[in-house]
Amino acid sequence: MSLTTAHSVVAPSSNSKRIAGTIIVLYALISIVPLLWIFATSFKTPPDSIAYPPKILFQPSLEGYCNLFTTRTRQTPEYINSLGPATGFCDETTRKRNMVIAGPSNFLPRFVNSLIIAFGSTFCAVFLGTLSAYGFSRFKVPLADDLLFFILSTRFMPPIAVAIPIYLMYRELGLSDTALGMILLYTAVNVSLAVWLLKGFIDEIPREYEEAAMIDGYTRLQAFWRTVLPQATTGIAATAIFCLIFAWNEYAFAALLTSGTAQTAPPFIPTIIGEGGQDWPAVAAGTTIFLVPILVFTILLRKQLLRGITFGAVRK
Amino acid sequence: MAEIRVQHLRKAFGDFVAVQDSNFVVEDGEFFVMLGPSGCGKTTTLRMIAGLELPTGGQILLGGDDVTMLRARERDIAFVFQLFALYPHMNVRKNIGFPLLAQGMPSAEIRTRVEETAKLLRIDHLLNKSVSGLAGGDRQRVALGRAIVRRPKCFLMDEPLGTLDTEFRDLMVHELRELHNRIHATTVYVTHDQMEAMSMADKIAVMNHGVIEQFGSPREIYDRPATMFVADFIGSPPMNFLGFGGGLAKGAREIIVQGAKVAVPEVREDIAPGDMALGIRPEHIRFDDASKLRGAIYGTEYLGTTQIVAVETADGIIKARVPAEIRLATGDHVGLTLSSARLSLFEKGSGRAVRTAIHDVASERRAQHG
Repeated sequence: MSLTTAHSVVAPSSNSKRIAGTIIVLYALISIVPLLWIFATSFKTPPDSIAYPPKILFQPSLEGYCNLFTTRTRQTPEYINSLGPATGFCDETTRKRNMVIAGPSNFLPRFVNSLIIAFGSTFCAVFLGTLSAYGFSRFKVPLADDLLFFILSTRFMPPIAVAIPIYLMYRELGLSDTALGMILLYTAVNVSLAVWLLKGFIDEIPREYEEAAMIDGYTRLQAFWRTVLPQATTGIAATAIFCLIFAWNEYAFAALLTSGTAQTAPPFIPTIIGEGGQDWPAVAAGTTIFLVPILVFTILLRKQLLRGITFGAVRK
Repeated sequence: MAEIRVQHLRKAFGDFVAVQDSNFVVEDGEFFVMLGPSGCGKTTTLRMIAGLELPTGGQILLGGDDVTMLRARERDIAFVFQLFALYPHMNVRKNIGFPLLAQGMPSAEIRTRVEETAKLLRIDHLLNKSVSGLAGGDRQRVALGRAIVRRPKCFLMDEPLGTLDTEFRDLMVHELRELHNRIHATTVYVTHDQMEAMSMADKIAVMNHGVIEQFGSPREIYDRPATMFVADFIGSPPMNFLGFGGGLAKGAREIIVQGAKVAVPEVREDIAPGDMALGIRPEHIRFDDASKLRGAIYGTEYLGTTQIVAVETADGIIKARVPAEIRLATGDHVGLTLSSARLSLFEKGSGRAVRTAIHDVASERRAQHG
């Protein structure tokens, strides 16, 4: 008989392992099929994308990506023939559909808006969250419990419940349709999550590290920077991913508060549908590109993220 | 290196008084141990000396300067934590050099100093290792290295051997004392382990409930405990107490315990009638059938060269340390003789020791030295 430690259960049998494995694979498949479908659609031609029965195998095309990045106008075949030779793949494809490229689309600036707003608000939320979590963790803050509860209470309702007041306030303050306004808004929503998550991580870092550094001649800020932060990277990375995913995916506020210069990608992508018929490949291409930053960020931080999520559950 | 002077030091956390009115002086180059059970205020006192806690009242002088309210980094002290507090994201070399970096020392000099220190502690082969892979004893040495490397005014250590295995602990006790003999650094060492205190300290302060019960050399504390708490806390097994009643007059040389006359060191003060206790170290008890003080053997603990014998008397169980050769059986009736010159007398109410001739010996000896 094998000895078991306090929290381990009986070693799983190979049978139950197999069942667990099957369930995980099934779940992964169910989750990933829509993504794969979007990815496949982005490489279809518009007729292929709406073919019935749906095409699993098809001739891949970059037409969706061409359409995503351009705006086109319909022209007569005579006019198109009067033009010089096509300047590239996109030009050629567009002409085949009796259209010419009128100019670049708004996708790139909207995507850049998304990057600025999501990363900007994530940085602000994590920065503020780390400092306040450190404060709550290490100092005797008057009414600390009430303040922490108050911070948490901002998440008791869906953020969209306050959409109308925020819309009115933003209009008064001139923050509507500005990147600053969106960064402030997403920071405000995320900072409560950041404070609570990071407080848990910082509580776990023994005070002795800072005390040792302060005795060794460092100021509290230096001690924080040199001893606490390096050990809190796991928690900071996990928190940053959660904040980034929220800010990146947020649709409702973005649709309500941004329409022009500060519009982010989520409210922009559906507008592609309207231009020149239901252009599903272009929408799918936009979605695919939209997924890339989060994917890259998560892959880069996956180690910290895994450790962060299981933190506390597997200690000692 | 510097002298540490603590005057009327007090610390309260809300209603709880952790340290009340502590006074002591740690002389330059002395190894001073604060000993006491957990929660007695010894760590709080240490943290106040370090500047990690601010006192509610009193003064701390370091080398003559008042540092009571200074920040930790302005005091020029080194602290060794119980859990070592080695920075896991730095290797051994960086850990030891960390305090020097704060002083803005050039990196070439840091290198030399760190290597010197590592050699002193015999950890020079570990300098480029990560601290997380080190064994307990080596972690301890790195933590010491980080303290020694700056040549501070004093070392403060908070149960630095508390987490080590017993075997390692004996080794480190020896190493620490040897290190102290080489560098003569003023050291304040906090522990609840009397073995560590007795074997390393020049001076010991025994603390209980925020009060220093006794301050003195290990010998003074063992031979002449100032209170029943000290007598009970120091020694393994601790001092035995036998109750007796009545007052004491100056010059008395005898008391009556359980109907038997017991010779004691000459009493030097008058004590009003009340409950008293006679304190006897286990090694000051011998078996003698002629003695009127009697008891029955309750059990024995064989230790090789000696054995600890529990004897049931009319006033409860007392323990005697006797040679291992003596054959005893449980239930045997024995008579007990006590080494009169080594006995202590206490007032039971206050727990205070009565002044007797044993205290005179000490002051005479001190006078001769002076």
